Amino acid sequence: MSKYLLNKFLFTVDRDPELVERYREEPRATVTWWEAEYANRILGCHTGESSTWLRFDDTEREALATHDYPKLFELGAHPFLTLTLFIAMFERDHAEPLGFQLEYARRLAHHDLPYPDIAT
Amino acid sequence: MAELVAVIASTHHPFYYRASTSTGDDRPPFADEWVRKVEAFRETLTRARPDVLVMVGSDHFHQLWLDNMPQFLVGKAPFYDANFSNEEREFGLPRMFFTGQEDLSAYILREGLDAGFDLAFSNELRIDHSITCPIITLRPQNDLPIVPIYTNIFAPPLPRPKRFVQLGRTIRQLIESWPSDQRVAVIGTGHLSLELGGPRQFGPHGPDPEFDRRAVEWISSGDLEGCLAEVTLDSLHAPGNATHGFMDFMLMMGVAGEGQKADYVDTYDLFHTMEAYFTWYPNGGGRP
Repeated sequence: MSKYLLNKFLFTVDRDPELVERYREEPRATVTWWEAEYANRILGCHTGESSTWLRFDDTEREALATHDYPKLFELGAHPFLTLTLFIAMFERDHAEPLGFQLEYARRLAHHDLPYPDIAT
Repeated sequence: MAELVAVIASTHHPFYYRASTSTGDDRPPFADEWVRKVEAFRETLTRARPDVLVMVGSDHFHQLWLDNMPQFLVGKAPFYDANFSNEEREFGLPRMFFTGQEDLSAYILREGLDAGFDLAFSNELRIDHSITCPIITLRPQNDLPIVPIYTNIFAPPLPRPKRFVQLGRTIRQLIESWPSDQRVAVIGTGHLSLELGGPRQFGPHGPDPEFDRRAVEWISSGDLEGCLAEVTLDSLHAPGNATHGFMDFMLMMGVAGEGQKADYVDTYDLFHTMEAYFTWYPNGGGRP
């Protein structure tokens, strides 16, 4: 299980406007592509260098492929990264100000303290 | 030696810029009062007549990432670009540009290392809304050189609250020993209780008004001892999952000093968070 890799997916998609749209429209295909082509890039290194060992487990891959942000919370993905990216993708579908943010809170309402550990 | 002319601690609310600049039907009902409070707060910095701003904040996974995460980082660059595309997208924040005060950056790094803080540094740092928000609220003309200092309140494992206080005390000592005739203000931003990406987010108030009340009391009275006795890395989960940003307020209490009452205190109860604004004048100079 890799909270780090979940976070890396959220982080790298969020900062690329084209990827944000691609993930919104084709989540499963985007996750498949990202895991194959992007997951092992070392972001601060020369592009010719990469890691060899990073991959999602089945639960993580499915949570991302289905836009299941309550599951990402449960898995310990960083809540700020998840929130920021999902606002970028779905706030536009809600007419009321903060409509998406409040729905997001409601869908997590079954969680009591302590929340899932986000340490990586 | 340089003079520390003001110590300022503030929340950094990324929606202030949009709220304060919107007009007509887009202007939220709380905007006018918010602007009034911010402009009064701004006056507390203006009165201190600073030459240099040391800006304490925290990167929100913009430039700093989990493959190489510093706990405390000092920017040392002649210039800083500021704000990121996702801050433009979500908050409507403008792109900004700052001049750096490299001599003070270098002094804080050298002397800070010698004082026992293994500070990371960056020669090319793009800064985010934890530092640009207080410039927008406190110095919108953005005419002063800065030294940015980032703390990790975001990606565990985090330094403990006591370490933030110690760094605050050290920052003060370093400013007051900097061989310069500059007038320095330190501005640090954090949060009171805050929830982001969790079930208590975006409620009608901050997630824990009782914590906020106690936090304002600790800060305004300079009660570091009481604050440190109660606040731990574990305890900060209870008021809201992003409340570790309160440790930047504790750092600023360290700059201001144990038992030092704030000269200016204001709060504003908004949806989602309690805004909180504090100013100390270490040598009394800015008091009306």
